Amino acid sequence: MDQSVFIFEILLPALMQGLVVTLQLIACSAPFGLALGIGVAVGRQYGGRFVSSVCKTFVFLIKGTPLLLLLFILYFGLPAIGITFSAFVASVVGFILCNGAYNAEYIRGALMSVKDGQMVAAQALGMTRWQAIRSVILPQALRRAIPGLSNEFIYLIKYSSLAYMLTVIELSGAGKLVATKYFLYTESFAIVGIVYLVLVTITTAAVNILESRVAVPGTTRAATAAQL
Amino acid sequence: MNNNDIVLRVEDVHKSFGDNEVLRGVSFDVRRGETKVFIGPSGTGKSTLLRCINQLTPPDRGRVWLDGEEVTNSGARINYFRQKIGMVFQNFFLFDHLTALKNVELALLRVRGMGRAEAHEKALTELRQVGIEDWADHYPAELSGGQAQRVSIARALAMDPDVILFDEPTSALDPELTREVLEVMKRLAQQGMTMLVVTHEMGFACSVANEILFMEHGLVAEQGSPDLLLHDPRFTRMKDFIGRIDSRMED
Repeated sequence: MDQSVFIFEILLPALMQGLVVTLQLIACSAPFGLALGIGVAVGRQYGGRFVSSVCKTFVFLIKGTPLLLLLFILYFGLPAIGITFSAFVASVVGFILCNGAYNAEYIRGALMSVKDGQMVAAQALGMTRWQAIRSVILPQALRRAIPGLSNEFIYLIKYSSLAYMLTVIELSGAGKLVATKYFLYTESFAIVGIVYLVLVTITTAAVNILESRVAVPGTTRAATAAQL
Repeated sequence: MNNNDIVLRVEDVHKSFGDNEVLRGVSFDVRRGETKVFIGPSGTGKSTLLRCINQLTPPDRGRVWLDGEEVTNSGARINYFRQKIGMVFQNFFLFDHLTALKNVELALLRVRGMGRAEAHEKALTELRQVGIEDWADHYPAELSGGQAQRVSIARALAMDPDVILFDEPTSALDPELTREVLEVMKRLAQQGMTMLVVTHEMGFACSVANEILFMEHGLVAEQGSPDLLLHDPRFTRMKDFIGRIDSRMED
């Protein structure tokens, strides 16, 4: 069989179907992963002793165990106690938990970097702690967390391939199926790798645009250097 | 003196940090429209005293009253009192991610619940009041220290406070920028704003203060009009302190 026929007529159509699933996994996971990360970071940093230790334990457990194990528990383990997820939903839940825990650490670091004076000034104006966190602290912290969060988003793109272990035929899984059927492993996985590279490149470019859009004038390194 | 004239009453405020007793029973009354200036060596509790008034640092003992209502032990209502007690900080503490205008707008929107248009108008008016409306769309990092401090004064003014606390408002500024901030404060005092000012600017204290409170070791050591403290022979401690500053300046 001609290689170009294999790539364009067999491999790529299969990969595109897998890509759609990968994108669905990411689109369903990333927003909730971000929200969970914000919640856990704020809870750990500003919550009471109980909330704070719950958040800390959550991060500890997720960071300390392989994501694959978490996915297996969600998909194969939970039915034993009466909770049954489809493979897709189990994957998304696993990704949200994992993504959220790591995001929380990036956001927590950024929260700590916001100077105390910001909170003090907000409270002196009569804002509640929660109002201050929402309108003063988080907007600053999230800007500083963008590089870390984008890193985590890129990880998500790649570890979404673990959904294949729960029988979700996403990008990597689609590649694997074609590869085994035609015994063309190198070609198949090389192309799969290129598709991931394209996804990551697009993400990186998008993050750069986002970063420059939300940059606060006068605070970028270039502006500071110009003043010196 | 009519009791209704008293807008702020501080009663026997004590505060310790660990073993360090920073305030050892400070009491005074502030009449509406009055400017009181707190002078004294570093570490005598002047800044802590201001923070005890709006409960940013809750006092260990003693009470604070605003317009006849107790500020201490007021629970969630403290956020109402903090609107009525403005505060200006040594290091400005402007919200770094917001323009000058939005710095002033934020609490109007979030705390006072004003509409966008109204908050915008009000914020512009306050910026004009401190002479900085041309810089409304600039971010804190783009402002000089003097400009930033004037924005922070506008931010406090926007809440229509009964009294404004100034915590060493010019200590982070060079002499020229100090002058532009002091002029704004002087104008506010003349317009009848009630102000408590912790400062080392003796010139400002003597020309603007209705009363100077000289603090030492967590207590008000001397209290009176600038004229009295500077010229009456019964008062010596503040004069000694100023003498020490002056001789240091000459070195």
